[in-house]
Amino acid sequence: MLLQVRNILQIKSLFLIGLLSLALLAAVLFSPSQTSSQTQQPAAGTPTTASPTASPTQTGVASPFGVQTQQAGLNIVVLDPAHGGTDPGARGTGGIRESEIVLDFATQVRRALELQGFQVVQTRQGNEDPSFDDRSTTANAQRGAVFVTLHISSTGLPGTARVYVNSDLPLVADANGLIPWDRAQAPFLGLSKTFGDLVQGFLSQRFKGSPEAAQTASVRQLRTTAAPAIAVEISSVTVENRADLDRMAPGVADAIARGAAAFKPSYVVPKIAGALP
Amino acid sequence: MTPAWKFWVIGGLVVAVLAAAIYFPILSRRVRRAARLQQQSEEQARRELAQPIAINPGDPRVKTKLFWASDTIDSTLVPVTVELPLSKDPVLRSKQVLNTLLAGPVDTELRTLPPDALLLAFYLLPDGTAIADFSEALATSVPSGIVSEQLAVNSIARTLEANVPQVQRLKILIHGQEVETLAGHLDLTGTFVVNTKPTPAPAAQAPVKPASTTSSADKTATPAAR
Repeated sequence: MLLQVRNILQIKSLFLIGLLSLALLAAVLFSPSQTSSQTQQPAAGTPTTASPTASPTQTGVASPFGVQTQQAGLNIVVLDPAHGGTDPGARGTGGIRESEIVLDFATQVRRALELQGFQVVQTRQGNEDPSFDDRSTTANAQRGAVFVTLHISSTGLPGTARVYVNSDLPLVADANGLIPWDRAQAPFLGLSKTFGDLVQGFLSQRFKGSPEAAQTASVRQLRTTAAPAIAVEISSVTVENRADLDRMAPGVADAIARGAAAFKPSYVVPKIAGALP
Repeated sequence: MTPAWKFWVIGGLVVAVLAAAIYFPILSRRVRRAARLQQQSEEQARRELAQPIAINPGDPRVKTKLFWASDTIDSTLVPVTVELPLSKDPVLRSKQVLNTLLAGPVDTELRTLPPDALLLAFYLLPDGTAIADFSEALATSVPSGIVSEQLAVNSIARTLEANVPQVQRLKILIHGQEVETLAGHLDLTGTFVVNTKPTPAPAAQAPVKPASTTSSADKTATPAAR
């Protein structure tokens, strides 16, 4: 019996070693793509050292002084269907998964935005789960863009929708005028609020019981986004029938598209006081 | 090869197999029991660690404001005033109010925090930053979503603000670790501004006033400098 146990252990360890070497091989093969995305993401918690090590791509994005940025008006909307992959997000009793519904919502929002003449970039197309920083990277690589992250909540009055903008972030810019990655949203907060209020206004007309103005919350996804950015959260996965949520999609899509169109004239690239001489 | 020799070998093997067959279930039962015992003692240790802070009846009873969900306005907080004998010591006082908050209101529908969440530790730094360490249940059992996660954090922040003036900022840890978000949405990497008013006791450091680009009139816990 003991011999058997030992044999099983040996087989198991052999199997594990095999798996580990496979994983190592895979890591080596895919490392170039990973390191390139990592260089754009200075580690959180080291904001002061983050900026000098920022890659050229990030410099252009996080600093709003780029020539291209100032020339381009608002023409791109980055849509972020939250969660995905192994992360289903909020889950309802009827098997409703937030990650699936937001993807369907994104398709409808995309169509409505394209009708308004916007170019739409999505942070995910299918059932994958990019990290918060990867999603922000997608947004921060665009010029003249706004960012909308789509969510379905677990709570709240069903049939309502709320817009959130990031809570106040202390604005810290170093001598180069660069903004640390982990506070990229700071100079855009005022614009985000304007954009959020517009979208929330259209949503409250459509969905009774929704707030009149955008609310503030420290939403992780918004913090690293260097663009006017809002989170739209729809209530909720607790509805008995998925159709109740699907019915809201055209209204949400219309409100976001009209909000973006109404925001277009007020889109300016913010200046950071004291960042440059 | 004599048949007697063969007989003894086969007999010995049969005895060994029989002994193993009898012993195996006993062994597996013992292993299972040991595993259960260990689990129990772990659970016990956790419960002992997180024993509710003894409320000293000798302390003066004060009106304590606890922020739970409103039953009239959706997704908002309302203060509920209860009389509790609270300690003068800010750390002990914070533990007492947070444990009462975690215990929840009479109407369980109005809970803001999951019933299985525990406060594991609470520290107060000289600069007024409070560090509250909650069990994993806070992150795993809170309903996922911006509105529900914000309600949970705000109920903690505003309850501290109303009852412990020494707490100016709040950092939330989950099982001793810094986590990126509470349950996928709300940022826990920073600290939340709890109280910007000067404390009665002189603080080591002036409260950090975040540079604001927007004027938010609503009272939400806002992240301060990291």
